[in-house]
Amino acid sequence: MPLELAAKHGRTTAPADLGRSPLAIRGLTVSYGEKPAVFSVDATFAPGAMTAIVGPNGAGKSTLLKAALGVVRPLSGRVTCWGRPLARQRGRIAYVPQRASVDWDFPTRVLDVVLMGLYRELGLLRRVGPEQRARAVACLARVGMEGFAERQIGQLSGGQQQRVFLARALAQEADLYLLDEPLAGVDAATEKAIIAVLQALRAEGRTVVAVHHDLATVPDYFDRVFLINTTPVAEGPVAEAFTQANLQAAYGGRLATAQMGAVV
Amino acid sequence: MGMQFVSLSLPPLLIGIFAAVACALPGNFLLLRRQALIGDAISHVVLPGIVGAFLVTGVIATWPMMLGAGAAALIAVVLIEAVRRLGRIEPGAAMGVVFTAMFAGGVLLLEQSDTSDVHLDVQHALYGNLESLIWLDGLGWHSLLDWQALTGLPPELPRMAATCLGVGLFTAVFWRPLKISTFDEGFARTQGLPTGLIGLALVIVAAVAAVAAFDAVGSIIVIAMFICPPAAARLMTDRLERQVGWSVGFAVLSAVLGYVLAGYGPLWLGFDHAVSAAGMIATVSGIILAVAAFFGPCRARAGAPAEG
Amino acid sequence: MLWDALTLQLGYNATLVTVGAALLGIAAGATGTFLFLGKRALVSDAISHATLPGVGLAFMVMVAVGGDGRALPGLLAGSALSAGAGLLCVSALTRRTRLSEDAAIGAVLSVFFGFGVVLLTVIQSMSAGRQAGLETFLLGATAGMLWNDAVVIAAGGALVLALTVLLRRPMTLVAFDPGYAAAGGMDVRRIELAMMGLALAVTVVGLKIVGLILIVALLIIPPVAARFWSERVTRVVALAGAIGGLSGYGGAAISATAPDLPTGPIIVLVAFALFLASLLAAPGRGVLAAWLRHRRHRRRVHLRQGLLALAQGQPIYEALTLRLLRRAGYVRADGVATEAGRAQAAKALLDERRWQILRGDPAHEAAAARYDGLTPPERWLTPDQIAELDRHLGPEAVT
Repeated sequence: MPLELAAKHGRTTAPADLGRSPLAIRGLTVSYGEKPAVFSVDATFAPGAMTAIVGPNGAGKSTLLKAALGVVRPLSGRVTCWGRPLARQRGRIAYVPQRASVDWDFPTRVLDVVLMGLYRELGLLRRVGPEQRARAVACLARVGMEGFAERQIGQLSGGQQQRVFLARALAQEADLYLLDEPLAGVDAATEKAIIAVLQALRAEGRTVVAVHHDLATVPDYFDRVFLINTTPVAEGPVAEAFTQANLQAAYGGRLATAQMGAVV
Repeated sequence: MGMQFVSLSLPPLLIGIFAAVACALPGNFLLLRRQALIGDAISHVVLPGIVGAFLVTGVIATWPMMLGAGAAALIAVVLIEAVRRLGRIEPGAAMGVVFTAMFAGGVLLLEQSDTSDVHLDVQHALYGNLESLIWLDGLGWHSLLDWQALTGLPPELPRMAATCLGVGLFTAVFWRPLKISTFDEGFARTQGLPTGLIGLALVIVAAVAAVAAFDAVGSIIVIAMFICPPAAARLMTDRLERQVGWSVGFAVLSAVLGYVLAGYGPLWLGFDHAVSAAGMIATVSGIILAVAAFFGPCRARAGAPAEG
Repeated sequence: MLWDALTLQLGYNATLVTVGAALLGIAAGATGTFLFLGKRALVSDAISHATLPGVGLAFMVMVAVGGDGRALPGLLAGSALSAGAGLLCVSALTRRTRLSEDAAIGAVLSVFFGFGVVLLTVIQSMSAGRQAGLETFLLGATAGMLWNDAVVIAAGGALVLALTVLLRRPMTLVAFDPGYAAAGGMDVRRIELAMMGLALAVTVVGLKIVGLILIVALLIIPPVAARFWSERVTRVVALAGAIGGLSGYGGAAISATAPDLPTGPIIVLVAFALFLASLLAAPGRGVLAAWLRHRRHRRRVHLRQGLLALAQGQPIYEALTLRLLRRAGYVRADGVATEAGRAQAAKALLDERRWQILRGDPAHEAAAARYDGLTPPERWLTPDQIAELDRHLGPEAVT
């Protein structure tokens, strides 16, 4: 069922809904140069759900996340979290960037990276006490990395690096988790571990939004899906929105290559 | 011996050490941010700054010169950033354009202004004059407790000590924001950290250190100390805390060894003149880096194992 | 006076220096472009600072064997050798350790320069009061230059330029796409070495005119300025050569007119003026053009989003959107759409609908890639294709 065009550029959601949504985006356009990477996007992410952002390469998935977090500046549009401006709610949001965005040769240990997640709690001068250290180790344990606390981060494999990023996000104890391709280029064991952690977060009532590239696993891992190709294509529960027709609309001629034949 | 050391060697040694440490501390972060050469750029624009200050005030005095140099450094930083962003030019080239043009302007102003009879020249800005910073009232170790004698210390010494302290405080207080924003800028922004401001503050602190140091020790040490001790330290350890510790150690070692070699080395070799202490300190820091490059325990890039 | 200088009528030396500076500028601009495009512009900074110990050592060697320590060819040979050693250090530090190239450059330039200063103080004490005059290499000095030196510079400039012209094809290929060049059977490493060698030669020849601190400018500023004017490598190289040559020629000529106009800084400042003009005024990449384009693009985005909101009866939050709609006459002051506004909004919505069909259709993949939210599909499709799209839309949409 393709989304009605009326709703596509629409601000049709009721205000009450906006207030409850951990992440609501209205009329968002971001351009690099003169071609919009995302154009006129409206999106309201459901609280307590696990949503996949899906679309072809260059569809603006990462840009959407970065603009939502204020990391890139939009040309137009506004973002609210739980009905309030982003700046007021930063403490409730955790972000897991793409692995490639960081200098892995940086001189630091795994545990230090996880402790960075406690920055808002520690501020400038408070010392890291045994309690914070124990919490950081516990976060590492949740992603199965407790044995690596003292390792230099450059010595980790891709999957392990991704798990450390997730542990840092866990340390933030946020209500909204935004992840940019958390499963790209990781091994099967890491994929399982990450998904288990994300599902546990959802079970605790937290909201998870992840950019996801593997169409075949969307129905298994997520309960909602947001299809985008520069403009939003469809949004809703996987059973309703993750359809052949919507995928066709989002991927166009590129669907055959992207699809693994596991669409509901 | 004690008297000669206290009056002739102690002040320049201390000034050299403070200058080296003040530059090495921000140098660690500049190195990790791939901005190591900003120190080079800042040191070059010191010249137009002091010439400009002389033309405005008409006197050769320390404070106007320092302010002029600081203003020039700030202008350079802003211009580099503007050229880089507005022209979409890689940072190295943007630096190259700005600092060479400003340096050229400084030389031109110098030639135009009649400063032939005053002590204001390119060489001084480059080499400084560490050897001349002596303490005539220092008659021995006991003078260190004599207030009257202490007031006769070269003013560069307390100035450099204060700068070193200030830089150290900045590093300690803003350690976490500096570390987080250097490692992962995107994450830092989601934490509400003003990453642009942090980067600017770092460069300004580096500029303050460079400007305070150039008058006493010259620009060469400044550039060398921004880069060589942190670079050598990076090859010794994989932890930022320890890297900064190593870099301070290397900076002190370069200053002491360089000063001693410049002062006494030629005598040992049978020459009767000392050589430039500033040049020697830079040379020693380079030798330390070379040794670290051959034997440092963490000299090679972390070979990330295959995916999986 | 300036006219005389520009037309080369201020004596043999001034003429030779001016011609030499022009040749050097062309060679420097062209060579520097290859470094700049490879994102290694500041390598030239390491090269130039690393010449100083060579100058000092050459002087000491020449004095030791009983010659004139100030013989220019000897000093230039020495500077070339130590600059080469500096380059080797940069590449060794970058390849063998985890340090990045900028750190290696900074380390080499400061340490070599520091060592050079040590040697200069040794020379000062050796010559016991008699000025060796090596300080002129820091900033360059053409005043009081000997005829022989001027000949060396003019000939050196011509030689470097000839080499640059000779090697321009392989260097262009390597700078543009090293992978492709290697696949085509080129020895990329040797060509990169040649690039470095040329930059080194430019530096050495330029030492006497512009000095080692400012020669960097001739290798960096012209390429950066030229980059604003073209996206094609060959043109950037040619333009950088032209800008470098113009700076060298103009700078040397201006400086010849008065004793207190030092050659090096004037050449650099002329180059910088050309850079500023390019930064501001160049079409395409220039600041002014880019700013105007960004403004226009932002207006288009807001106007389009506003029209789409109008078409669907949605509220418009952004002040800029409302203002643009009002100024275009699409809404009245009270926010209600005008006749023209409704027509434009309907067309915008129709465009979006057509695009939606088109982008979901594998047959239109090429056209679908052109979607930018702003351009109507008619721009890329024939009327027949549009009609075909409209059959999918249903009759009520197309009115």
